[in-house]
Amino acid sequence: MSTFLHQVFSGLATGGIYASVALALVMIYQATNLINFAQGEMAMFSTYIAWSLINAGVPYWLAFLITVTVSFIGGMVIERVIIRPAVKRSSLLGVVIVFIGVLVIFNSLAGWIFSYTIKSFPSPFPEQALFNNTYVSSHELGAIITTLVVLGILYGFFRFTPLGLAMRAAAQNPVSSRLVGIRVGWMLALGWGLAAAIGAVAGMMVAPMVYLDPNMMQGILIYAFAAALLGGIDNPWGSVLGGFIVGVLENLIGAYLFGTELKLSVALILIVAVLVFKPTGLFGKVLVTRV
Amino acid sequence: MVALLEVSGLEAAYGATKVLHNISFTIAEGGITTMLGANGAGKTTTLRSLCSMVRTWGEIRFEGTRIDNRSTEEIVRLGIAHVPDGRGTFLELTVDENLRLGAYVRKDRKAVPGDLDRMYTYFPRLKDRRYQQAGTLSGGEQQMLALSRALMLRPKLLLMDEPSFGLAPLVVRDIFAIMRTINQQERVSMLLVEQNANLALELADQAYLLETGRVVMSGTSEEIRNDEQIRRSYLGY
Amino acid sequence: MVNETSTLAGAKIAAPGPRAQISPRVWKILGILVILAIACILPLGLSNYRLFQLTLALVYAIAILGLNILTGYNGQISLGHGAFYAIGAYVAAILMNTYNVPYWATIPIAGFVCLVVGFLFGLPALRLEGHYLALATFALAVATPQLLKYKAIANWTGGVEGINLLKPDAPAWMHVDSDQYLYYFTLAITVVMFVIGWNLLRGRVGRALVAIRDHPVAAEAMGVNTAYHKAMAFGVSALYTGVAGAIGAIVVAYVAPDSFDFLLSIFLLVGLVVGGLASISGAIYGALFIQFAPNFAADLSKAAPWAIFGIFMIGAVYVMPGGVASFVQIVWDRIRRMLAPARGT
Repeated sequence: MSTFLHQVFSGLATGGIYASVALALVMIYQATNLINFAQGEMAMFSTYIAWSLINAGVPYWLAFLITVTVSFIGGMVIERVIIRPAVKRSSLLGVVIVFIGVLVIFNSLAGWIFSYTIKSFPSPFPEQALFNNTYVSSHELGAIITTLVVLGILYGFFRFTPLGLAMRAAAQNPVSSRLVGIRVGWMLALGWGLAAAIGAVAGMMVAPMVYLDPNMMQGILIYAFAAALLGGIDNPWGSVLGGFIVGVLENLIGAYLFGTELKLSVALILIVAVLVFKPTGLFGKVLVTRV
Repeated sequence: MVALLEVSGLEAAYGATKVLHNISFTIAEGGITTMLGANGAGKTTTLRSLCSMVRTWGEIRFEGTRIDNRSTEEIVRLGIAHVPDGRGTFLELTVDENLRLGAYVRKDRKAVPGDLDRMYTYFPRLKDRRYQQAGTLSGGEQQMLALSRALMLRPKLLLMDEPSFGLAPLVVRDIFAIMRTINQQERVSMLLVEQNANLALELADQAYLLETGRVVMSGTSEEIRNDEQIRRSYLGY
Repeated sequence: MVNETSTLAGAKIAAPGPRAQISPRVWKILGILVILAIACILPLGLSNYRLFQLTLALVYAIAILGLNILTGYNGQISLGHGAFYAIGAYVAAILMNTYNVPYWATIPIAGFVCLVVGFLFGLPALRLEGHYLALATFALAVATPQLLKYKAIANWTGGVEGINLLKPDAPAWMHVDSDQYLYYFTLAITVVMFVIGWNLLRGRVGRALVAIRDHPVAAEAMGVNTAYHKAMAFGVSALYTGVAGAIGAIVVAYVAPDSFDFLLSIFLLVGLVVGGLASISGAIYGALFIQFAPNFAADLSKAAPWAIFGIFMIGAVYVMPGGVASFVQIVWDRIRRMLAPARGT
């Protein structure tokens, strides 16, 4: 029982990471109908920024804040400078290629600047487990709470602020949005900024568990894809739930069924299965295309 | 009368196809102007041109300033609200959110809740459905929502594209009554595009007739209504 | 299309005059023969290491042509073609290592296996539009090394260690060493694969693939069996890439899971994009680019080649959507116009 609970809790911790990245993917997908293949590498690079700051003696939470801010701005810049012109002039294939190009550039840039050797990344949470329990480590608990706080802030932002409302409107109906005066282009950039910032938090939370290296986020991105698809890629809260489900599922399957050797294949099968059998995911909207 | 909006030599094109040819008209401050014409005459395009939603040439002045080179978002900020054809409802957002979006560019945020209440007094049916997704509303309710959303801007000029389209006569009468009230009480000027000429001429004080992208006749509603030819081809009696 | 009409025009002009003009098609064939001749004498002047690199470039050219059939011609985005390359390589390696199949016989078998696997993967892919297919194949690419390491199949695959192979010796009558032999061997297969590809893509099948890519609804309405063509494009594409993988395994004489990681798929994609989408010759330019560009960049840093690949990918989309192939076409047309005396009577 104790191992089972332990598996569930640590599943929730990684699930929170998947949920965050999935949410970032969904935000961009909702606004632009594009899948950001570079989301993982952007988050990885953000984590390296945090690592450099912390190594330079900046206190953890200040480094955290700076990283989130820098990532936010970086995300907006990438959208405006690289992605938008590609969307304007190119087919879907071209845009996908640009995404892969961004992915590759971030990956190699990280390798170039920080080398490919793995680095340990500090956790801001105490080393000792809360009440010395054996189910969940402090970092796992902290990561879960951090994820929930981030999600809570985002929920509040989208639900209760005019800007959040405008972003939702712009994603849904750009033409009408312009007619009420929303600067739709900026909303897209803002969405990218937020996605990058969320990714940065996810990266900083996962790095203490898996160590930091340029390929850190590859597997996580695949799981986040699976989560987003499972929850419904047009439903932010469904994808968050999908993240937690996938996280727990991954741990249980690893512990009781196949072992961890085929982790990624499980995610692959999940992705293909959802896409083929239930493309709307568990909580997605059913869209009817008219010919 | 002071002209709120002056349009001269307006041309518009979709791609390579020109659909408006040298259109000129004015809208008086505080008045209701209607633009009549058959399907494809260029009425909707005229409205779109004013909001820079299509490629245009020519001069458009609002309160004396040229707006033809500005973006849609900027034009809205000057106080021009547009109820587009198809109503432009944010279907997945709630009624309340739709209305709040109408006030998105307003600086006087404190006055917004009051305006919301005012819209709900105009259209009590919307109040009942406040927290419902707008997509679940009936056609008439969506038109009420679209009108209210536009009014939330506290516009100086309201552009309406076929508000009667696809609605039951009773609902249409309600909506037109409210439009008259708003025009009289709040001094909102309006440009109304309609296929239902009878209805439009009743409400408007000035009218223009479009045919294949050109203004072929203009005058007061009275004059237009009494024109023999118009009566036969557009009013049907 | 353009080529056909210009050939027609050329023929018309050529017919009446006694001093017949050389038609573009003849020019093209002449060009190809010259390049082939150069390719045949190259081993004499190159070090074995360079020759080995050139051999790999040919291998990549076949793989990229495969990817091109699917992504370039048929518009189905694959970010996971490295997986088919890996299957081809492993089939060849296992056959040689475990079952003592002669190296040359493994290639058609590997191709066939990939044809079947690709076709089967292409069936669910029918239901995946645009970037969903990209997503699924992306996941496939990331998952491949882990699959290859899987313990249950380690008896055949050698697990993490992979499989070491023996380099085939050159037949005695050829009087060349093993590297030179492998080069000629690969060159021959490359020529065969490209000729087949040329016939396939320039004909009815090619037109159907392009029609499905550009006007799916119209293609269906005109009686093109969309589902069959799409699944078959997947199969044939995988066949090409699998054949490349098999030759790659023979040439490198070694397979291991980590050489078939996600970056291999991207590597092929870079070749496709830089060489030229939906262009047969583009596959060759792309292969030369991905093989030799890193040589120049690697001095900077281990990561530099990839940074440059990334920049080239984005740059190609922005500046040169037709890749090197379209650039060569422009230059080639200009040269021909300068060489050929002014047309007309």
